[in-house]
Order: sequence, then C-alpha cells, then structure tokens
Amino acid sequence: MQFKEKIIEKTFLLIALSSISILALITFFIFEEGFPLILKIGLKAFLLGEKWIPSKGLFGIFPMIMSSFWVTFGALLLGIPLGLACTIFLSELIPPSVGILLRPAMQLLAAIPSVIYGFWGLIVLIPLIQNYLGGPGLSILAGSLVLSFMILPTIITISEDSLKALPPSYKAGALALGATHWQTIWRVLIPAAKSGIVASIILGMGRAIGETMAMIMILGNAVKMPTSFLDSARTLTTNIGIEMGYASGDHRQALFATGIVLFFIIMALNTLAIFLSRRRAH
Amino acid sequence: MDKNISTKFQTPNSKQMSRHEFNPPHPPLVKGGGGGFGHSNFGFGICLGFGIWRLGFLSLLLVISMTVGCQRTKAGITVAGSTSVEPFAELLAEEYMSRHSESHIYVQGGGSTAGIEAVISHAANIGMSSRTLMETEKNLYAVTIAKDAIAIILHPKNPIQDFLLDQIREVWAGKIKSWKELGGAPHPIVLVTREEGSGTREAFQRFVMGKEDISLEALVQDSNGAVRQVVASNPNAIGYISLGLVNDNVKALKISGVEPNMTNIDNGRYTLVRPFLFVFNEEPVGEAKSFLEFVLSPLAQKLLLKEGLVPVLPKLAQE
Repeated sequence: MQFKEKIIEKTFLLIALSSISILALITFFIFEEGFPLILKIGLKAFLLGEKWIPSKGLFGIFPMIMSSFWVTFGALLLGIPLGLACTIFLSELIPPSVGILLRPAMQLLAAIPSVIYGFWGLIVLIPLIQNYLGGPGLSILAGSLVLSFMILPTIITISEDSLKALPPSYKAGALALGATHWQTIWRVLIPAAKSGIVASIILGMGRAIGETMAMIMILGNAVKMPTSFLDSARTLTTNIGIEMGYASGDHRQALFATGIVLFFIIMALNTLAIFLSRRRAH
Repeated sequence: MDKNISTKFQTPNSKQMSRHEFNPPHPPLVKGGGGGFGHSNFGFGICLGFGIWRLGFLSLLLVISMTVGCQRTKAGITVAGSTSVEPFAELLAEEYMSRHSESHIYVQGGGSTAGIEAVISHAANIGMSSRTLMETEKNLYAVTIAKDAIAIILHPKNPIQDFLLDQIREVWAGKIKSWKELGGAPHPIVLVTREEGSGTREAFQRFVMGKEDISLEALVQDSNGAVRQVVASNPNAIGYISLGLVNDNVKALKISGVEPNMTNIDNGRYTLVRPFLFVFNEEPVGEAKSFLEFVLSPLAQKLLLKEGLVPVLPKLAQE
C-alpha cells in the first residue's frame, strides 16, 4: 500500500512539474525568438519608436503600448465603479433569494468566450458609436466598453471574497457605535477590504491588457498614436494576433519581442496583485 | 473530464461506502486523517489507483490507435499557404478526392510566405501563394493556377462610381481625407486595409501605391471577409478585397472607367490582377502531379471561373 501511495504521489508530482515546465518552455522560446531583434534595433527604438512598418524594417511599438494603456484605462474607468457597486450589492444589500439567481449569472459572464463579446460589440456597439458619436465606430471607446464587461466577473468575485473574509466584529462594532448600514459599508468594510479590492482590480487589468480576440474585432487595428477615445487603435496583443499569420524573418521576431514586453507588463501586474493580497492575509 | 473521473471514483463505491468515509462515526479516524489514509479508506485508495491505471491504459490505447490511423493515411499530400487561395484549393481538393477516393489532400492556411517556407522545409508538398515569388524564391517551381483581380470596394450607398488610379493612391496615402474632395458628401474617408504581410496587401501596394505608403490611419483587418464586413457597415469606408468575394453588400469601383469584370480582366484593361500560384520544390511527381493536372484541367478551371477567379485557360474566359 505504502508503495502504491508513493507511486501515486510521484505521478502527481510529475504532472504538476510538467505544467510548470511548459511555462518555462514558453518563456524560454519567447525570449529566444524575440530578444535578438530587440538587440538588433535597440531597446529604445523598439519601445519608443512611433512607426510600425515591418516591410520597411520599422518596428516601433510605442503607439501599441499607449493604446494598450488607453483601452485598459477606459475599461477600468467603467469597470471599477460598476464592479464595486455590484460587489457591495451582492455582499451586503441583496435579499438572499435574488442572490441565488444573480451570483451564478455574474459568473456566467466570465464563461462567455471572448469572440462572442467581440461579435456582439461589432454588431451592436459599433453601429451605435458610428451613428451617434461619429468616426469609424471601431474605436477605443468600443473596446473599453466591451472590456469593462469582461473584467466585471474578476473584480466582483475577488473583491466579494475579500469583503466576506472580514471578521464579523468589524460590521457589528460599527453598527453598535451607531453607524448606519451605508456608513458601515463605506467607512469600515470597504477600507478594511481595500487591499483585496485593489488586487481584484489589478487582476482585472491584467485580463484587460491580455484580451486579444474581441479586441481584434472591435478596435480597428490602425497603428497610430491614439488621440481620442473615438480613434481606432492597436494593442500589443492584437498586434501579435493580427500579423502572426503572414509574418516571417525579422517581422516574426518583432512579434515575439512584442510578446516579451507584454510578458513583463503582465508579470508586474500579477506580482503586484499577489503582493497586495498576501499583505491582507497577514 | 474532471467530472468523469470523479464520478468514476464514486460510483463503484456506492452509497454505503462514501457514507462510511465522509461521515466517520469514529473520532480517531479524524485525528489520524492528517498522515495517511485510515483503515476504512483502504478501498477508496485501491479504487483511485485502479482509476488512474485504467485511465493511463486507455490513453495509451488512444495514442497507439491514433498513430496507427495516421500511418494508414500517410499517402495524402499537404497543400499549405495563402488564405486567399485556401477556399478555392479546398473546393478543388474536395472535387479531386470525390474522383480519387484513395487519395487524401490536406489544405491548410497560414499565409503565402508560410506556405512557401513549408514547401522549402518539406513540411508541405504544395505551397499556395497569392503573391509573385521573391528573388530568393526563384529557384522554386511555380505554376499559375488562376488569376485573381483585386476590387476597390465601397458601401453601396456611396454615390461615387469611378476613380482614377492616382486618386485611389492619394486616398490611401492619406492625402485626400474627405469624400467632399472627390465630389461626395462632406464626411471623412474611412480607409480599411489588410495587415502587413498579406498577399492581397502586397498586390495592392504593388499595383496601386507604388513607392507610396498606405496611411497609418487606415483600419487594419485580417481577412477579406472582415474588410468586406467593415465596408458594408460603414457608408464612408473604402477597402480592397478579391473580386471573387465581392457580394451585394458592397460595391466594386470602376477604375478610370473600367469595370472589374471577366472581359476587362481578360483583355488586360483592368490591371489590378495577381496570380494564384502553386509552388513546388521541383517538378512535381506522383500524387502532387496528378492533383496539379486536375487543377489545370478544363473542369477544375470552370469551377474556379464560377467562383469568380480568372482561369488560366484562355478559351474558358471568353465563354
């Protein structure tokens, strides 16, 4: 029996290790493919160059870095208030009978494939923006709107968990001191769960920066510095997604190098999120 | 998958077993639970072990049967490359396979460049290309299987019918920004282009733009269909796609008075025409040769004509 246990244990260890080794392999290949190009054209020309014309050997991704941040910023601008309001409602104000229906519905939002979000944005949002606000319709505004819906489940689930993890004495104490329910939520519970809520927002931000398929469909993918929310834009991820099919040589390496930049951004965000949620636990 | 496994574990144990385990009547069992499994968990461990071995065995069988399956169909040939040629190649492959039931033709996309690289590295037998070969690729054996025209498309509501080639160039270079300058409504022109590396874009660049760059303001879509979709939904948009893919939702523009149709392509008056190539490492033999012969046969060429391409057999084009 003992022997069999050992075998099972080791098998699982092996399986767990193989999943991590895949991560290591991916990292290795992204760097192996992309790094030579960064060395060749220089880090500054790559990161801060404003022109991306692969056929002429110009590989500047600054407009895409900016677009990524514009789109993400827009998504957070809409997603944070919506997500926080939803969290407060779900954890504090909701009648239990409604919660049974609403919570799974909210989680279902996370299960919808991103291509469906993209398609919906293309068919519903874009004509609206085109008709009422002008411009090509395929725009940062449309992308931010769709992304804000996509990051809602992340924000809501994690910040609701952190609200629930608070000691019940916080709420009881505040109410006993004569605070109203709303004062308790806003002045006691939210500040106490702050680090968890911030972590949820950062994870949502990670998801927003990484989203590709929906963004290819609704951003319009023009390679230029964004100047307004009605402009078309290309993010780091969509740059890879849209051009990889035909890329070869330096062009292909430049796409991998774009991946390296993305890798560092996502790493930084996730580390920050882990750091913040750890601090809450202690 | 997860669900399957867990039910597999639990069903043979049936009810009394799991009740025995998870609601242990004896407190000591709970205490000792940290280290190893208690006595009553013995059966569960066995079951878990068997489950895994059985699963492993099954997957091994699956892998073996798949490899065997692959070896049996090894006789087929692979055609890879341009996404512009791909739908037509698929059609031809289906036609060919319905006549030669013993052969298999696998058609894959990936792009002109990827297709040519696949042929050079022997990953594919035939490469599809929607662009002419570059200097470094001239040693390959290429056969034109059909010609495709590129149409400049507009929204059907756009009143403009006719463009000079120079006007098109200035529009795409971003020098003409409003439809007003071309006699239309005072709306900004929305350019829709293909992504860098696309065969269609390369052809458009060569035929229309010359040394000029396509404006960076242009929207970029990654397929003919996506370009058509954007143009069809925006009255101010202009794009370019394969003539064969123009439908009622968009309008193909005349260039200097010449309408893009078979007659004008054939007599050379409509000049935005590019070749669709099949690329080989050397003169094809065997299955690849017989497929190429089929593609060049009047029957297959007629099929391509029906799909909106320009056949390479001159007689057919005049029909």
